[in-house]
Amino acid sequence: MIQILNTALVALKRNVTRSLLTMLGIVIGIAAVITMMEIGNGASRQIASSISNMGSNVIMVRSVAVRRAGVASAAGSGVTLTGADCDAIRENCPSVSAATPKVRGTAVQAIRGPYNCQPGRVDSGSVDVFDVGEWTVEDGAPFTARDVSASATVCVIGKTVAAALFPDGASPVGERIRLNNTIFTVRGLLKEKGANLMGEDQNDMVIVPWTTMRNRLARSGGTASTAGGSASHSRGDRYAASSVALYPSRDATQTANYLMPIRFDNVDSIQCKAVSSDKVDAAMEEIAALLRARHRIAPGAEDDFDLHNMSEMLAALTSTSALMTSLLLIVALISLVVGGVGIMNIMLVSVTERTREIGLRMAVGARARSILVQFLVESLLLCLAGGILGIAAGRACSEVVSAVKGWPVAPSAAAIAMSVAVSATIGVVFGFYPAWRASRLNPIDALRYE
Amino acid sequence: MPLIEVRNLTKTYHLPGGLDVPVLKGVSLEIEKGDLVALMGASGSGKSTLMNILGFLDAPSGGSYRFDGRDVSRLSADERADLRAARIGWVFQSFNLLARTSALQNVLMPLEYHRGRREPRAREVERAKGLLAMLGLEGRMDHTPAQLSGGQQQRVAIARSLVNDPEILFADEPTGNLDSKTTVEILELFRRLNAEKGITIVVVTHDAEVCDYTRRTIHVRDGVVV
Repeated sequence: MIQILNTALVALKRNVTRSLLTMLGIVIGIAAVITMMEIGNGASRQIASSISNMGSNVIMVRSVAVRRAGVASAAGSGVTLTGADCDAIRENCPSVSAATPKVRGTAVQAIRGPYNCQPGRVDSGSVDVFDVGEWTVEDGAPFTARDVSASATVCVIGKTVAAALFPDGASPVGERIRLNNTIFTVRGLLKEKGANLMGEDQNDMVIVPWTTMRNRLARSGGTASTAGGSASHSRGDRYAASSVALYPSRDATQTANYLMPIRFDNVDSIQCKAVSSDKVDAAMEEIAALLRARHRIAPGAEDDFDLHNMSEMLAALTSTSALMTSLLLIVALISLVVGGVGIMNIMLVSVTERTREIGLRMAVGARARSILVQFLVESLLLCLAGGILGIAAGRACSEVVSAVKGWPVAPSAAAIAMSVAVSATIGVVFGFYPAWRASRLNPIDALRYE
Repeated sequence: MPLIEVRNLTKTYHLPGGLDVPVLKGVSLEIEKGDLVALMGASGSGKSTLMNILGFLDAPSGGSYRFDGRDVSRLSADERADLRAARIGWVFQSFNLLARTSALQNVLMPLEYHRGRREPRAREVERAKGLLAMLGLEGRMDHTPAQLSGGQQQRVAIARSLVNDPEILFADEPTGNLDSKTTVEILELFRRLNAEKGITIVVVTHDAEVCDYTRRTIHVRDGVVV
């Protein structure tokens, strides 16, 4: 075996330039494959990490679209979910570790003295919102269950909001800020978190109790689609209207400071967290069964709510990136096949050129099989060497891409193993025909070949 | 018992188009162990075909061929390859050395095909060096064929044919590409090998001068021995 390898090496060394040029096709092909795999891997790893940053075992419960006289409204337009549903899920579903109601927020102006900003997102929830959303309160404390039941004017703010309202860098905890026209006390500061999947800054964020959102900020009756609070800066509200009212009407500030007289318990959605990511399916079944019972839905009738989990989203996103990767991979594989044809071409030339050598080897006792093996080993060595060079080139290439473009790349052992296997296969497949041709030569004719 | 015993050997080439060309038409001959024989004939007489069959490069179409008492006229290609590796040495008119390969490596090459009869590499190298030295090439072991003269190349080829300790050496027009001075050198070398080592040698030639150096001449004409 060592002898065969040695013979093949000697034969390849006799024509170094040609051997290197022959390898080039394989080198480029394998390098392309490796680069594609590493960039694709990096992309899907980034998607996976940003999903798990959002909470990979989170389940969303939403009410379904209202259908009135055949006209369907947007999903969530129905108001079938209540805060009591959320409490029931929390208590009765063993696979659910945390659940929080959510009321959709509106654009809110945050003001403190001369400073103001508009937070990118105003989130709401019960005390569980920090657990479900994977938020950590860095400074101060999260709001309490009592705050939630009292619709207290307290909030927790993110770093970006804190930086806008407290440019001197002082701790915001215990300070008072205005959200629209309502005075809130800042209870805590959220720990920094990266951008989410949509590229939004997750630190540009205010979290308030859902009851506060329901009753003080999102002043809407049933659905959260109409906003009340944000109209308060118009001139008309600040100066008296020309028509004389019998009683002085409340201005916007007064309205915001008083609770709405009618209090609906309905919420836009409920976010639940399963105890672990493999319990997500079980948790979804438990939630569905519980809500059907609570909403008195007859067997066979349609659910009045929707269940989603993040793993569906993860699967959708990773399948998109996997599709792109495999498309690019196919292109790279085509270039590998071209490289293989190049190997076959050169090996055929080499067999023709070395016809007399083959005849001589046969004359001194080589069996047809030995000749076949020798040429196969030669093309195998060419392809393997090309593969190894290609792996090195591909690694270098993806490092350059990540350095220059800042794309995430992830070296993959599977891709490297696959490349070695593919280049060996190419060596055998495309080397076989030339080797077989060589072994079929008649020694007498081969010796006389000019 | 003769080393080679051929009875009524025939060889017919089947050309495409159904044309049969009889090249050997019933050759009978014997070659004793330790003989030095010239196989003479004009080109086209069938002497090369006869030598290819005697040297197991080709299989006969008919007749019997006993080599060292064993019937070898119906062997498979692989069996013939093994016989060539074990018992035959070949010397060619055009040397057929591996280009860009040292004389020593050229001599060692046939040993790659000695299935199951390998010695330690050091012993093989030792023997190859000994053969090259015996043929007067001590200082040329690392030279490639391009750096050697015709006579030196042919001596490397002879060393290569001897590396497997053959019982019989076939030389196909070994002096065809050499000048008259080197021709004499090579033929003297054959005589010496025959005398000192007892190797049976068959030289194929169309040159009558070569016959002066052999003990016996077999004339082939039109596919028969005359």
